[in-house]
Amino acid sequence: MAKHTFMLNGRRVHVDAPDDVRLLWVLRDLLGVTGPKYGCGIEVCKACTSHINGKAFNPCSVPVGELKADDEVTTIEGLPATVEKDLHPMQEAWLEHDVPQCGYCQPGQIMAAVAKVREAHAAGREITDADLDEIRNICRCGTYFRLREAIKAGAKRM
Amino acid sequence: MTSTPEVSRRRFLTYIVAGPTVIAAARWADASPGLGSGTTMQPIPSAPGAADEYDLNDMLTDSTRPTANMITVTMHKDGTASFALPRVETGQGITTSSAMLIAEELDIPVGKVHVTLADARPELMMNQFTAGSNTTISTYTPIRSAAAAAKQQMLLVAASELGVSPSDLRTDNGVVRAPDGRTMTYGDLAEKAAATQTRQVEIELAAPSTFKVIGKPHNRVDAHDAVTGRKKFTMDHHVPGALPTMVCRPPTIKGAVKRVNNISHVRAMPGVTHVGVISTGVAVRAHTFGQCIDAIRALKVSWNPGTADHESDKTLLPQLKAAERPFGNVADVNGNLIDESFTFWWKSNSALEPNTAIADVRQDKATIWSSLQSPIYAQKQVADLLGFQTSQVTVRVMPGGGAFGRRMFNDVVLEAAEASKKFGVPVKLMWHRTDEFRAGRVHPMAISHVRAAYSGGSVVSFEQRHTSVATDWTMGFGEPITSMMATTPPNGQGDAGYSQTVWNLTINVPYNFGEVDHMVNEIKTYDVFHTGSVRNLYSADAAVARELVVDKLAKAMGHDPYAFRSTFLKDDQSRAVLHAAAKAARWGRHMPAGTAQGIAFHKEYHGVIAAVAEIDCRPHTVHRQVRQAVTGPRVTKLVIAVDVGLPINPRGLEAQMQGGAMDAIGQVLTESLHLHNGYFLEGSWDDYYYTRQWNVPKEIKVIVMPPSSDTPGGAGEFGVAVTKSAVACALARALGKTPQQFPVNHDAPLPFTPFPTVPPIPQSRRDGLKHTY
Repeated sequence: MAKHTFMLNGRRVHVDAPDDVRLLWVLRDLLGVTGPKYGCGIEVCKACTSHINGKAFNPCSVPVGELKADDEVTTIEGLPATVEKDLHPMQEAWLEHDVPQCGYCQPGQIMAAVAKVREAHAAGREITDADLDEIRNICRCGTYFRLREAIKAGAKRM
Repeated sequence: MTSTPEVSRRRFLTYIVAGPTVIAAARWADASPGLGSGTTMQPIPSAPGAADEYDLNDMLTDSTRPTANMITVTMHKDGTASFALPRVETGQGITTSSAMLIAEELDIPVGKVHVTLADARPELMMNQFTAGSNTTISTYTPIRSAAAAAKQQMLLVAASELGVSPSDLRTDNGVVRAPDGRTMTYGDLAEKAAATQTRQVEIELAAPSTFKVIGKPHNRVDAHDAVTGRKKFTMDHHVPGALPTMVCRPPTIKGAVKRVNNISHVRAMPGVTHVGVISTGVAVRAHTFGQCIDAIRALKVSWNPGTADHESDKTLLPQLKAAERPFGNVADVNGNLIDESFTFWWKSNSALEPNTAIADVRQDKATIWSSLQSPIYAQKQVADLLGFQTSQVTVRVMPGGGAFGRRMFNDVVLEAAEASKKFGVPVKLMWHRTDEFRAGRVHPMAISHVRAAYSGGSVVSFEQRHTSVATDWTMGFGEPITSMMATTPPNGQGDAGYSQTVWNLTINVPYNFGEVDHMVNEIKTYDVFHTGSVRNLYSADAAVARELVVDKLAKAMGHDPYAFRSTFLKDDQSRAVLHAAAKAARWGRHMPAGTAQGIAFHKEYHGVIAAVAEIDCRPHTVHRQVRQAVTGPRVTKLVIAVDVGLPINPRGLEAQMQGGAMDAIGQVLTESLHLHNGYFLEGSWDDYYYTRQWNVPKEIKVIVMPPSSDTPGGAGEFGVAVTKSAVACALARALGKTPQQFPVNHDAPLPFTPFPTVPPIPQSRRDGLKHTY
């Protein structure tokens, strides 16, 4: 059993786990951080989408041993703090568009949306329909249309 | 008090329940709604079908009536109200709409109503079954009655305290006002109005003309929890000692363990605490789900065959064709014939939250946590499994990450209970995604054959023969008695006994097509495949076959598809939604070659609905490239007009229509399971092509029609059949030929490499840091 340390939602965490346990299970089963959801475990459904050093990634497909001590992992629980507010503008847009139905995929959808918008803004442009078409997160309730509307609205405030 | 019909429909007997604060129960005995009627010139009127007179929702609602009074709304000292809803919230929005009903009657803000999900309550019998889009239909009056009784009781006490007549009191957002300006709050009254004895009272419900909440769009009450990650699903729920548990499953459907060859090796793997054989495979309990996955992949198991090892898509299709009942009930077919048969392939019933249940089985009691559409039946099944009385089993109903019919079946609950008993410790048992596709519930493959005859300006007959692999209805109405019926001969024996009933209570032909005759037949028995009631049941396929033939009739008879439907539909309510959708979509507008509009109509769940779809089949669209995806034709625009009688929450209704449409698009264009030698080839969302962002229309408009009734219809499944039909009709018009199977790409070379069946689940990936963005 190895000791791992990294930054999680602004705090340093230490956890004992074999190197190859995927980060998703370290977060959920060992640390009790349940915002990132399991939906496939093979980087397909994207329900666990979170951020590492500000970029979107899927902790279901990252062995915890690959994390470095200064890596900053942000889950949905830590997203508002990145803008020092109670809610990130993307979460506000989600509420205004009443996006969620069952809600299971929504933490991952929001984390993916924030990263996608950051990526577009970093390239000096606004988010486009082509960008939205690239988002792979599954929503089995079929909130896709409201997701698109909310991402465009949230992007304007980021 | 005058007794006009309007008032008498709003007066009900209900109960005030003894307790520490005001608790009011509901009772109702409503009349069945009347039928619409209409006649036109050329159409030959068709007699109403069974489902026109009495449909599945009438049956579901009637089944709840004996226990409809056994729900309670409780007032609290802080002025809030609470209600434990005997249904499950899985995204359909019923906690929000139930809170709205209570807020309406109590005259308090929706935010002051806390709706939770009731534990399994066997005394409710058939009144704790979330199915058939029936929740709002069956609970609309009981929930309001309970809230109205609570309010009436508080007003009586307030009148006494303030020394005025109850009729002089007014309420305003939880404050009771006397004529002289003195006030009391519901918080003040909650305890004072508590009853020491349960007694019957007569209440009057709010008049629809005074509604302030019902019918107004309202955001979901759980949205904040959902967007912050605070919403807890079964998988997120912490029960001390309930460690992650998964099951190593057989390589073919319903196979069974013969022998585990390396159990001690796997028991010694990192994190693993228990390994043992259960009915459905080998259960593994570990400190993390990741370690369960590794252990399952390491298990060496010898398996007995399954129930369908020699069956594949290509072996079943001829069996279905052979079992099709002949046409001929229609006495005399004169005129020209349209004769079309369509194949509808297997559809997965997977929700995004996989099947998950927590079980804590002790010597003399058991507790279960799971998202369940049939919790009473789950309680009984667990009790039977463990040799307990039902009173020894507590079933906590959790919110679900989607359901779509899947959570009517308690497979995961039974596995968790069995594993917890075997291991002697609590377990949190979760299915892998690949389990969901390969061992999960499916909508059975079916063929639907339609023959219609027309002569001059009339359709003289319309016949439909639907032939399906047997559907499992053993959840009955979510409790033991009706469940037993579904397993007792002749029902469930492959002769479509129970299925015939469901078919007859759901399927209708909403047009004046002269003589109408339709029936379902089945092959196999209900227990060969893991099947179930996937969203919209038979209609999701049968309506598509019907609407495609309606388009064929229109073309053959020289009419526009919209004008044809408008003329042949049976009533004005139906024509109104068709017209609304057509108008908003600018039906008939010029469309470039390779693109087309399609229009469709459907009637079910005490409502009517129409949709117009626009589809783009031009090469640059069809051949757009997305990694590990099926692109193909794209639905570019959707307009849906829906009339559910009385919409409770138009915003929630709109969401449900959009969601149904996303199912519909996938089911027409991309989404199916392939059965091959007793197992399904699909194992991931990148194999099973449910609608993804690259398939989503850029324009969707849902028109919620003004109330056409004083009672609500169902919404959860209503968007599927009509949108699927509209998309199919649009595709047929764009391509200039009618597709014969759905999804249309089912026979195309597989766009993926199937996972092996041994081990049964794929390896967790380790390259996540290479794909950041």
